[in-house]
Amino acid sequence: MRQLSRRATLAIGATLGAGSAALTIFGWSDSASAAAKEAAAEIAKFTGGKTAEKGKITIELPEIAENGNTVPLSVSVDAPMTADNYVSEILVVAEGNPNPGVATFHFSAVSGKAEAATRIRLATTQNIIAVAKTSKGEFFTAQKLVKVTIGGCGG
Amino acid sequence: MAEKPRLKLPKQAKKGEVIEIKTLMPHIMESGQRKDKDGKPIPRKIINKFACEFNGKPVFSANLEPAIAANPYMQFYAKVDASGTFKFTWTDDDGTVTTAEEKITVG
Repeated sequence: MRQLSRRATLAIGATLGAGSAALTIFGWSDSASAAAKEAAAEIAKFTGGKTAEKGKITIELPEIAENGNTVPLSVSVDAPMTADNYVSEILVVAEGNPNPGVATFHFSAVSGKAEAATRIRLATTQNIIAVAKTSKGEFFTAQKLVKVTIGGCGG
Repeated sequence: MAEKPRLKLPKQAKKGEVIEIKTLMPHIMESGQRKDKDGKPIPRKIINKFACEFNGKPVFSANLEPAIAANPYMQFYAKVDASGTFKFTWTDDDGTVTTAEEKITVG
């Protein structure tokens, strides 16, 4: 059997390398970390690049979601909610969904409570991350892991 | 084809009370992830915004993504200082806006 020339070996290696790069771009080989990167990018956009301090947000989610099509979610921040000190927004992202964005809740000084609840779709077991913004321009973040038994993205 | 939203909030409250409001909007919330029987993707069609105003002032709103489950349920709070009217709006991707109103007596 003829030995591969060095040039041929390099060519094959380059094609394989380019191929796996292409796979990553299409998300087939690394979809999990690609989604996490997208989630991080959304968070960075929300905070304008500022680092959010861990804490202050309570995320309520079942530990195990039996049906990924409808999972109850609640986010709340224990905040005064006065005219000069209130939570203005809470961003929620799902690191393992095909699109990480879930919702952005907007509050006001007449919200009374910085708390909102809804029902969401989860494709797979993943971290849900919430980031809160206050009227003073501060950012807080918290996350919770949800185990999903049956994914809810209808694929 | 207007769907009727469902609302749950008190009809009366004390001045300064923080009340709980629950809303449910019938809507398929087509995520854009599903495929039809021929394998073609079903286009996204969701409610992308929900807003609540009280006497014309914004109280709470939400930008919604396809990850919100069908028949979007929203629960939130409002501090009421005077009698008046809550107005709720749901905006579909196609621009359709559905509204609902509910009065409250505060004393």
